[in-house]
Order: sequence, then C-alpha cells, then structure tokens
Amino acid sequence: MTIADSPTQSAKLDSKVPGGPMEDRWTNYKFDLKLVNPANRRKFDVIIVGTGLAGGSAAATLAEMGYNVKAFCIHDSPRRAHSIAAQGGINAAKNYKGDGDSVHRLFYDTVKGGDYRSRESNVHRLAEVSVDIIDQCVAQGVPFAREYGGLLDNRSFGGAQVSRTFYARGQTGQQLLLGAYGAMNRQIHAGKIEMHTRQEMVDLVVVNGVARGIITRNLKTGEYERHSAHTVLMCTGGYGNAFYLSTNAKNSNVTAAWRAHKRGAYFANPCYTQIHPTCIPRSGDYQSKLTLMSESLRNDGRVWVPLTKGDTRKATEIPEAERDYYLERKYPSFGNLVPRDVASRNAKTVCDEGRGVGPTGEAVYLDFADAIKRDGRSTIEARYGNLFEMYERITGDNPYEMPMRIYPAVHYTMGGLWVDYNLESTIPGLFVLGEANFSDHGANRLGASALMQGLADGYFVIPATIASHLAGRKLEEVTKDHPAFKEAEASARKRADDLMAIKGTRSVESMHRELGNLVWNYCGMERTAEGLKEGKRKIADLRSQFWTDVRVIGDQNTINQDLEKAGRVADFMEFAEVMMHDALVRDESCGGHFRAEHQTEEGEAKRDDEHFSHVTAWEFNGPDAVPTEHREQLTFEEVKLTTRSYK
Amino acid sequence: MIQKAKQGDMRITLEVWRQAGPGAPGAFETHEITANEHMSFLEMLDVLNQELVESGREPFAFDHDCREGICGSCSLTIDGQPHGPRERTTACQLHMRTYRNGDRIKIEPWRANAFPIVKDLITDRSAFDKIQQAGGYVSVNTGAAPDAHAIPVAKEKADLAFEAAACIGCGACVAACPNASAMLFTSAKVSQLTLLPQGEPERERRVLAMVDAMDDAGFGNCSNHYECEAACPKGISVENIARMNREYARATLIER
Repeated sequence: MTIADSPTQSAKLDSKVPGGPMEDRWTNYKFDLKLVNPANRRKFDVIIVGTGLAGGSAAATLAEMGYNVKAFCIHDSPRRAHSIAAQGGINAAKNYKGDGDSVHRLFYDTVKGGDYRSRESNVHRLAEVSVDIIDQCVAQGVPFAREYGGLLDNRSFGGAQVSRTFYARGQTGQQLLLGAYGAMNRQIHAGKIEMHTRQEMVDLVVVNGVARGIITRNLKTGEYERHSAHTVLMCTGGYGNAFYLSTNAKNSNVTAAWRAHKRGAYFANPCYTQIHPTCIPRSGDYQSKLTLMSESLRNDGRVWVPLTKGDTRKATEIPEAERDYYLERKYPSFGNLVPRDVASRNAKTVCDEGRGVGPTGEAVYLDFADAIKRDGRSTIEARYGNLFEMYERITGDNPYEMPMRIYPAVHYTMGGLWVDYNLESTIPGLFVLGEANFSDHGANRLGASALMQGLADGYFVIPATIASHLAGRKLEEVTKDHPAFKEAEASARKRADDLMAIKGTRSVESMHRELGNLVWNYCGMERTAEGLKEGKRKIADLRSQFWTDVRVIGDQNTINQDLEKAGRVADFMEFAEVMMHDALVRDESCGGHFRAEHQTEEGEAKRDDEHFSHVTAWEFNGPDAVPTEHREQLTFEEVKLTTRSYK
Repeated sequence: MIQKAKQGDMRITLEVWRQAGPGAPGAFETHEITANEHMSFLEMLDVLNQELVESGREPFAFDHDCREGICGSCSLTIDGQPHGPRERTTACQLHMRTYRNGDRIKIEPWRANAFPIVKDLITDRSAFDKIQQAGGYVSVNTGAAPDAHAIPVAKEKADLAFEAAACIGCGACVAACPNASAMLFTSAKVSQLTLLPQGEPERERRVLAMVDAMDDAGFGNCSNHYECEAACPKGISVENIARMNREYARATLIER
C-alpha cells in the first residue's frame, strides 16, 4: 500500500495501523500477519542491541521461539542495564482492585497523559498486552508486593484514579529486569542466545536498503567486529544524557540510535523530554548525575522559597511571613500536587528570579515541618523513612529538621526513532523497541508506564511483528565481507582515529558538561523561539570546538573509557542540534514541550491541534545540513481532545 | 588552573591500583587531589581522572553506571573493605563527608581468582553470569503463563523472596570472603526461587546445577566467616546460605 504525500502526512511514513474497531485491531492484525514456520525460524539470525527490559525480553522470547539471537550490551552483564533503576512500578489493566479499571481506561489515560501526541492504535495494543506482562513476570518468579491473602498488591501512582500499579518495593525495575535476565540466561544456556557483553554498536550495516548487521567495538580489546543477521533490533534506551545531568545512568547514550539515524532511520519528536520535579539538586560543578526521589513526597511536603531575592538565612530562620509557598499561592485547588511539568516549570521560574536556595541557588525547599507537627514524626517516618534516609545519605542534611532541597531533572525521553505499527523504522529490517522508539507516550509519559512499554514491545509485540519482515521479504544471503560491512567498519575506525588525532586541550567530560548546560538552558523546562535559535548556534560552535580541541587519552586497543565517552559525546552534539530544531519547529506547547509563547492565562501548555496534531520525523542530511521534516498525521477516533486545568 | 578554596574542600591522598591489562604487573600509584565533602566517592575519582586527562596522563578505568546503588557495576575495595566503610552502601553512594582533610585512601579492585583483573580497577565478573545461566530462572516460555492470581503466595514468603532477590550482583561478597566464596550470591537466587511456588518444579535440578557452576568457576568454599553479609550493600542475609545448604543436601538425596 502506498499513501499520498500531503502537508500533514509524508508518504515515507506509513504507520501500517490496521483498520476496524480499536479493540479488535491487534488481534486481527496478528491473524493477518504472515507466520514463520517453527522449523524455519532456526534459519534466521536476529541481532539485538541493548539488553534492558525491551532487549532482554525480546531476546529471550525470540530465542524461545527458535530464532538464533545474537545479543549485545555495553555493560559487563545484561543485568546492569538502566532499566534496573526504575523505582515506582508497572501499570497493567488487571482491575484486580475492582475499582473500574479496564484496557480502555488505561488506553484512554495514556493517550490523554501524552497530551494527544501519541498513536492511538499503538497505545491500545500496549494497554491490551499489559495484563499478559504481569502474568509472565509472576510465572518467572518476580517477587511483586503481595497482600496477606497471597494476592498481588496494587497502588495508585502518579495521580491515576485507579490502582493499577504493580510494584516490588522501590525496586520494580530491578526485579523485572532480573526476570528478563533470567529468561535470557536460560536461552544462553540452551545455546539459542549468543551473548556479547562489553560491546558497543558503532554502526549499522544496511545492504540494498535493508538492515543486515552491525559493527561493534569490543570495549575490552578495542577490536572492531562485524556481525550479520537477517534483522536488527535496537533496544538502546533514551537520550536523556544529552543534558549531561539527568537521572540516567552514566553510560546511557544516543549513539546506537544516532548511527542508525545517519544510515536512514528517521528520528521522531526529539524535543519531547520529561523532567521530574523532585530530584536532589546538584551540589557543585563536579556533580556527575542526579538522583530522583519519589514524587509521593509532594503529598505531605510544602514547596517554598524565600519571598525576597538573595535571602541567605537558614530555612528555619526565615519567618512564615517571609516565605512564598508559590504552588499553593498560584494553584489553590491542586497546590503542591500539580502535575510534574507544572511543578518543574514553577521551580525554574522562582530560581530564575534569584529566589532559589542552597549553595547553587538552583533548588527550592520541600518542607515537612507542618506535616510532622500535624501527624507526628513517626507517621511521616513510616511513610517516607527510606526516602529521608536516602536524602540524608546524599546531602548530609536531616530532612526531619531542615527542609529538603529539590530541583527538577531530566529522567525520560519520549521521542525516539520513528517506528510503524510493527515497530519497524524507516530502514526495512531495523526494529526499535522500548524507550529508543517514539510511539506510545506522546509528549508526556505517565508514571509506571516505561516498564510496561519496554516489556510489551519485547515479550509480546516484536515476536509477532518480526514475521512481517522475515516472512514477508525475500532476504538474500549476506556475508560479512560484503562491501557495506567494509565501508561501515572503515568509517567507524576512522571516526575513532579522528577523535584520537585531535590532541587538543579540553577533556571530553568538560565538553559534555558544557553541552548539557546549553541543552538545559535553551531546551529544558521552558523553550522560546529566540532561545532555541541561539542554542542551536551555540551548539554548532561547541561542536566545531569539540572536533578541534578535545583531548582523548590512551590507546585504542584496550579498555579506553575516555574514547568511549568521546564517541558518545560527539553524537550527543549532533543530536542536540536536531532536538533544538525540532523544538523550534513545533510551534506549540504540549506535554513536556513547553514553548513560553504558547501558554494559557493559567500558564498551562497550550496545544495547537489544528497545526501540530502530527508526529515530526527528521531525515538526516549530514551533520551540517538542515534535516528534512516528515510528518505523520495523528488521528483520534476514540479519545476526545481536551485541555488541562489545575487552578 | 588555580581554584578558590571552597567550603567543605579537603586534601586527600589517594593510592590507586594501576594495571595495564590482564596478567600485567600492577602497582599502587599515589595522587593528591582536592575533594569536597559533598562529592560522592566516584565523583572524587572523576575529578582525579579529569585532572589526569588534562595533564595528558591516562585516567583510571573503573566500572560504574547508575550511581544510585542498584546496577551493581561499581566494585572498588576501599581501604581493604569492598565498597568502603559505610554499612549497606555501594561505593557510588559513599560520600566524601565520611572522610577528613588530610586522609589517605587506598583503592583497589575486587581481589578473587574467579574475578580476574581486566584493567586498573575493573574485574571480569562473568563467572556470576555463568552461575545464573546454569539454573537461576523458572523455565517458562513467554505467553504460556497462567493468570497472575492463579497461585496465591503467602506475603511472608513473598517478602523473604524479595529480600533475597534484592541482590545487585556486585561481587562484594566474594571480595570480602577470605575464601572468595560465591555462596551468598548463589544462595540468594536459589532462595528466591525456592521460596516461591513458581520455582518448585525445578527445585532440585536448579540448586545442583548452580552449585556445580559455582564450583567450576573457581570460587572458594564457605567457612562461615559471614564477611559477605557484612560487606553486602543490600544486606542479603547469610540465612540464604543455610537455606541453600539444606536445599543442596535435599536435592542430592532425591536426585543423585
């Protein structure tokens, strides 16, 4: 099928979304898909890059089905992927609490939460398979929280009006990842997964327009390796570290996605990033990452800053009349419980006014004094004891006596490589799963939905849709001495050689910090056309400085963390420019993308559904050229578009 | 670059293990740096590495990632103690306010035959993966699972299983053990799956296979020093070792 090109719909972006009633689409689609005969599956090699929740679950399931899986991760073990750090939980429309939840409600909440910028059919499928994920994980021995009757416990999370979040204390991501890791281990033991650890994908190999392999650098020996397959799955996470400081793990990066982008995979909605309001602020220039604290703290903590600029007194010495409880003042009905993006933006505003607190001036108080007075210390300790302890460990301050200091931080990215209903990118044979793709969260992700999406893609979606490629296309034999492999390997080697040869004066780390500052200041919580234009210019300058003045130390033929980092920062530099360009072109506010020019009188994000109800996907034209914009029109058949209000 | 002294700054002397590669000779290298009490231990190492890079010398290689105490990557023995002096704290969550101006700190990799040094402070912990591959799972294919509520699990058992499952696979237990035993690590997974009904069908073969893999990987035996529990950043209990010993004995009677 071909689709016609129009101003709102590019012919290149066929979403392949099936027709018919929403609730039957996935079932009917699966029936219509071609199947790969079990006996033929062993003839197909599948490369999976990244072994977090999405990659790990895909690797295990495809190997169980009989495919030959080759999996790659940059860590020393698949168990270290950053999925492990997710705290809160995983949503599923089980309705075990009988409080009116359903697949339709989870679907509806997710589309609305995404501020109407996600693809309805994908989200509905996500809600449908959510229930199977829980069954699967329990069968694996994932120790979810239970009630005394022996059944699973649920909680309400992130402002949801039903209790649909399954959890394992504050370590849900860890337990789900270890479940997928176990399932992978079983297949490694059975010889169906060939696991390659400490290997970084440095290029994608495209043969006659189809993704047929990757080039990796062995991080232990520095050797370059060629790996061929019939299809490539990228499950490589998000790009939050473009901001340098984020809650992402230090090694999380955009490199694999970016190298695929340069080979022809379109990058969709890169400007959609999510900023979490309750993180521990940075304490100095040496800060390497930020730590998230559960936003449940806002249930009892009161957010404030001094009324006047430059007030350096200790928090406890500032009298009540000289404090500004700005959220309670501006949003009388929601107060401290306004949504993540509203809370984050307001913290920035008061800090920009010079009223921020702490040594850096980039923090606001979250004060429990009133709650302790009202409910008693032991009640507060029972609710938040572990969080208070974590806070004290990191800051050295005791939150029972001194208000916490908090500041927003980047922690998830909704944008990613564009994929169709099959999770296939614009390069045939290249599939993208989990946070690395763009499709399910629109402009804003709901709490406890990241784990759900990663596992939905890996356990339940790709095992069905991969057949569209493997059974649907004629795939010629490709060997590793194909010219495409030679060319990709040579270009990866040259890139590393070029980085080593600069021998400038600045450390990679310092340049990444500078990039992060630019992205945060111009493309963070609040964006303006003017700022984005300036930010783009500054990033372009920084990028040229990087390529003339960076200093990479050591040899290539051994572990060289400086070189690894240099390659990733180089990609972040190119990526950040496109991110800002996307933010500039999206001349509306929606979800995590807040353009100061487009707000309601209440300071809320003001969408422009008439002109921007589409996905923007960028085609790479070279690092110095403006990328080509492609659009996928979003249509809403089930969900009615509305505007939020928290006054 | 001359920097103004900041509040909380401290001069620290570091002795850091330098080793070019597996099997290469290694030695401690001494460096002096200015740290700050608010830095994490790894941020202090970042500062050292950045100074080294800017003066044209090679930074120290060390494993780290999440810096939140959950990924299990960091693996430093600090003044002889895996993860350093604070109880139940990974090296990445250790902060410099634990130290005083003028302190001398010795940093080295995990020391265990089963964890060969790869470079500087990085060791190869793939032996842990091999133990898990031998049987640390429930053999259930995707899509074949019954409804999650089909089998109730008593809360007490589920909680105990969770506590065992909280292991982050860092290897501190092995590094702390005078015999470099991996009993705490292996028993944590055996316990988790023994305590849950989902693990029952493979109960015997799992413990036998995992213990065999552990022995094959060259880990030592347990002689009840309990250093592992003391060093474990997640507080995994040695009761798991007792449970694994019982399970092993039981399985040997049934299966062998």
